[in-house]
Amino acid sequence: MSILSDAGPAGPAPVDAVAAPARAGAVRRLLRNPVAVVALVWLVAVAVLALLAPLLTSQSPTASKITEALAPMGGDHPLGTDGVGRDVWAQLLYGARTSLIGSLIVVAVSLLLGLPAGVLAGYRRGRFDAVASWVANLLMALPAIIVLLVVLAQFGRSTALAMAVFGVIIAPGVFRLVRSSVIAVREELYVDAARVAGLSDARIMRRHVLPVVVPPTVIQVSQLLGIAIVIQAGLEFLGLGSANQASWGGMLSDAFQNIYAQPRLLLWPALAIVLTVTAFSLLGNALRDALGVSGRVPRVRRRQRTDAPPVVAAGGEVPAAPDVPDALLVLDGLRVAYPTPEGTEREVVHGVSLTVRRGEVLGLVGESGSGKSQTAFAVLGLLPPQARTSAARMTFDGTDLRGLSPAAMNRLRGRRIGYIPQEPMSNLDPSFTIGSQLTEPMRHHLGLSKDEARTRALQLLDRVGIPDPARVFASYPHQVSGGMAQRVLIAGAVSCDPDLLIADEPTTALDVTVQAEVLDLVRELQAERQMGVVLVTHDFGVVADVCDTVAVMRDGRIVESAPAERLFADPQHEYTRMLLGSTLEDTPARGALAGAGLHPEEIAPAPLTSGGPR
Amino acid sequence: MSAQPMSAESTSTVSAPLLTVDRLVVDYPVTGWRRPPVRVLKGISLEIGAGETLGLVGESGSGKTTLGRAILGLAPVTGGEIRLGGRVVSNLGRRERRALSRDVQVVFQDPYTSLNPAMTVGDILTEPLLVTGSSRSDAQRRVRELLDQVHLPADAVSRLPREFSGGQRQRIAIARALTRDPKLVVCDEPVSALDLSTQARVLDLFIEIQERTGVAYLFVTHDLSVVRHISHRVAVMYRGELVETGDAAAVTTAPDHPYTRRLLLAAPVPDPRRQAERRAERHRFAAAQAAG
Amino acid sequence: MLLFLLRRLGAGVALVWVIATLTFFLTSLTGSDPARRILGPTAGLDQVAAKSAELGLDRPVLERYWDWLTGALRGDLGTSWFTNEQIGGLIGDALPVSLSLVVAATVLTAAVSIVLGVVAAVRGGWLDGLLQGISTVAFAVPNFLVGLVLSLVFAVELGLFPALGYTAFTDDPGAWLASITLPAIALAIGAIATVATQTRGSMIDVLQQDYVRTLRSRGLPTRSVLLKHALRNAAPASLTVLSLQFIALISGAVVIEKVFGLNGLGERATSAAGQGDVPLVLGIVVVAVVVVVLVNLLVDVVLGWLNPKVRIA
Repeated sequence: MSILSDAGPAGPAPVDAVAAPARAGAVRRLLRNPVAVVALVWLVAVAVLALLAPLLTSQSPTASKITEALAPMGGDHPLGTDGVGRDVWAQLLYGARTSLIGSLIVVAVSLLLGLPAGVLAGYRRGRFDAVASWVANLLMALPAIIVLLVVLAQFGRSTALAMAVFGVIIAPGVFRLVRSSVIAVREELYVDAARVAGLSDARIMRRHVLPVVVPPTVIQVSQLLGIAIVIQAGLEFLGLGSANQASWGGMLSDAFQNIYAQPRLLLWPALAIVLTVTAFSLLGNALRDALGVSGRVPRVRRRQRTDAPPVVAAGGEVPAAPDVPDALLVLDGLRVAYPTPEGTEREVVHGVSLTVRRGEVLGLVGESGSGKSQTAFAVLGLLPPQARTSAARMTFDGTDLRGLSPAAMNRLRGRRIGYIPQEPMSNLDPSFTIGSQLTEPMRHHLGLSKDEARTRALQLLDRVGIPDPARVFASYPHQVSGGMAQRVLIAGAVSCDPDLLIADEPTTALDVTVQAEVLDLVRELQAERQMGVVLVTHDFGVVADVCDTVAVMRDGRIVESAPAERLFADPQHEYTRMLLGSTLEDTPARGALAGAGLHPEEIAPAPLTSGGPR
Repeated sequence: MSAQPMSAESTSTVSAPLLTVDRLVVDYPVTGWRRPPVRVLKGISLEIGAGETLGLVGESGSGKTTLGRAILGLAPVTGGEIRLGGRVVSNLGRRERRALSRDVQVVFQDPYTSLNPAMTVGDILTEPLLVTGSSRSDAQRRVRELLDQVHLPADAVSRLPREFSGGQRQRIAIARALTRDPKLVVCDEPVSALDLSTQARVLDLFIEIQERTGVAYLFVTHDLSVVRHISHRVAVMYRGELVETGDAAAVTTAPDHPYTRRLLLAAPVPDPRRQAERRAERHRFAAAQAAG
Repeated sequence: MLLFLLRRLGAGVALVWVIATLTFFLTSLTGSDPARRILGPTAGLDQVAAKSAELGLDRPVLERYWDWLTGALRGDLGTSWFTNEQIGGLIGDALPVSLSLVVAATVLTAAVSIVLGVVAAVRGGWLDGLLQGISTVAFAVPNFLVGLVLSLVFAVELGLFPALGYTAFTDDPGAWLASITLPAIALAIGAIATVATQTRGSMIDVLQQDYVRTLRSRGLPTRSVLLKHALRNAAPASLTVLSLQFIALISGAVVIEKVFGLNGLGERATSAAGQGDVPLVLGIVVVAVVVVVLVNLLVDVVLGWLNPKVRIA
């Protein structure tokens, strides 16, 4: 981190361009997408044809001449005539007007209603939100076409009116989208920070909220335009469009009457509708990509395996770790890499070697991004499917873990290798009782009956210090506290008497008093069952509490490995020393405020400490 | 580097505390029909002097974050009072509350969601200045000073938050809090999301800024060692109540209240031998507590 | 849970009442003179007045509303202005046709969507591409157009199904199935695209959850992780979307019925709307909203069963 030098005026950054650069970039990204360009070209062409309709045909789209019914293509009628002798080309052109105007009405009405109501409901919440949401739910319970039929029955056939009403019916879609994005932004800490910084509501809205609301709304508009065209065509097909107005849906209706005499009539309006709606939809997707709005789940390209691919043998490396007689887990030269979007690979674990003996607790310590969790998950075979893993050696109790089939790995996992996750609440399936989640692996691995598994689960729950095992057994995860859930997860990890336990930051999410109890539990269970343990953590206090040996990781490598006592007493590597030096436990307290403040009696000559040289 | 003008209060010895929280009660409504609200703060009283750091320690659900948010005007005050320099600031109208933003600022825990990802660092830092009528060139000059104060390079202004590490983002958040020379900064677990080595450096930055500008901190955290490092005084919260308040060294080494003792004994020491002793002591203490 | 359901039932009844009332006043307070519409432009003024009196349109609107509401509560929705037939009877004849169609389309949607969504999420590859293709097409091609094409190919050209008409299930189950197969497929395509996309998305979401990794760490077979745990957690989102699609299917059925010449509620509604037969339109709206409310209630029950947080409140 460099100190500011007087190196001339800071170049860029005109300040008022909040999201403008991002927006401009989005337009450029959109225009670089060939699909978007084709869609745009088509839509512009339709709009231009609709506008210039009187110049492009001299025929009236509504004048029927029975004598010229079903005329073929050519002559005065480039696309022929329909069942009552109206010119098809003219109908197509004027129908485009009807369709585009109708869809613009829908979008205008739904935005006019949905956008302000959504912003207000999401930002202010309270009573307005309650009322607006209720109205939205009411509108969403109505079948759109039935409502349109009522309106048309009452006010007579009018496409414009029907589209305006449809705009009202579809407005809840806009409302809900806007409301939920506003609520999401509102809960962001940066909006709180803006409020504390003294920004007015109007300014927060303009600077922080609207920029987040606009992209998804733009995408939704492009879809609404398509939906409006389809609904309008449906109404016209039913014969409920405005009288004496050319429309694509009306053309379809006429084609339907003459489907045996002249099936070709179906083609033109169908093509016009399908291509235009597709263009809107593709434009929407392209906008989504260009604006970088998440929401569309990425394409699943390859088979999404539930298991990580097997570890590959890394050839040519001489095992560096000495053979330990009672070794339970041996890793040698473990490498983990991920493919990058550029097609190369990024390695995150660069040849990790370690050994865990039966009954030994190994602490794997490092800061975020050091590769400690990746190493642990590699052993469990639980890395994401795109991970590439290789090792010169990787054995568990003599079994080579490399190239193990998913089925064989499943026989080890849960049965002989247990896993304790970090975050207790997110690691229990919310839809099943704790009891069923505890008994399922036992029944699967140990072949226990339902009753046997239940008895054993209750014993386990009791063992991990849960006061009322029967109640917790029947509970769902949301009914127990975080500390309790972590005990349940520990019970699950040891339920099949594993030989090795892998704990990934098992106490990081817990309060310190709960952490102490959970660490006590892990220590006791480990001693009781003589398990080997790999404990992944960033906290040297936790290491000091439970670990026999420690491996310090940094940037995917183990920089130092030693028995715990020795590592704390005499750290060898500079990085280890830096980490241990960063712990605040032994720094002196800052002391009372000198010279000023509330408590003159507390004025003390305590020096203001700062934790060592930076 | 220009010397920061010290705020008037910090140069003279003050008689009235900077911030007084007086029997503060905060209730949160519970969603659901006719459910009674939950009382999160049950009558909290504390004071912070100018230039002082009060460490507020507690576990999750103790109400420590809510207290910070109430002082910031982000949580509803049900009862009691918050006074800043003698003036009551609880339940102010929106406009008055905004005027208060000069004096009270915030640094949040999560450096990832506390900065708008779509705005450049320059925009984030000038925003509080521009809304109060600073000229653009003044604001930009001030931003350069601030970046210097938090030890970030000047070219940071044109970059987006995602280009920075967690520790650097927290420096940006600190700079934002300092833009208008506040008298009090509420720091809500500002180093909890950071790596160990980064944590120490950011804490030192907090101390350095306080020594230079005389700002006061309400430093909310769950970590006794952090609180000990940065606080002049410490207040311990448990289930919406303050159980102990006192000198930082005293509270963090020889606490009076059993809960504070429990908290202290539960925090593991990075030294196997001493940790074994502390563990044994914790077990003895727990047994004694259980015995009554 | 019971309390929750009672509340939802209450909300449903309120919804039906609000919609019926709004529709009643919308159709009573505005628009052209119904008697004139029925009799046509050539009728004399006294004839129009007599018709108005016959229909009771000369009475105050609140009185008519009260009569209609109390009648509706007893199941009497009045008579058609044009045919003088009982509206209950007109709807009763048409309802089985529409319900057959909509329910068949819903079942089809649910079945195909779950399979397609889960497989696309888990396997990816060409199946995933197929789903995205179907979504784009289903969005762009109006379902009546799909119906026309299906009818042309499978009914007219290949003669596998009847092109027009409906056979009651009680008359001939085989013919019933044949008569609704093509319409149900045409109707369901759009819903399948939406629900399957949702299922795929929520399956992918769920598979990335921590608890799925933990379940796998317990060595459970992939089948159990996917079909028992992941699908169970992905189901509520899909079901919610399906319940919204059900409403869209009712809309779509109106048009589809015309394509396949089915004399259902949609056909009734269309002709009633064209003529301006207000009591019949009103009756159809009420019946449609009641069906929606009942289905939503059923969905609430299933959602509650799926989600323990709702069930144990």
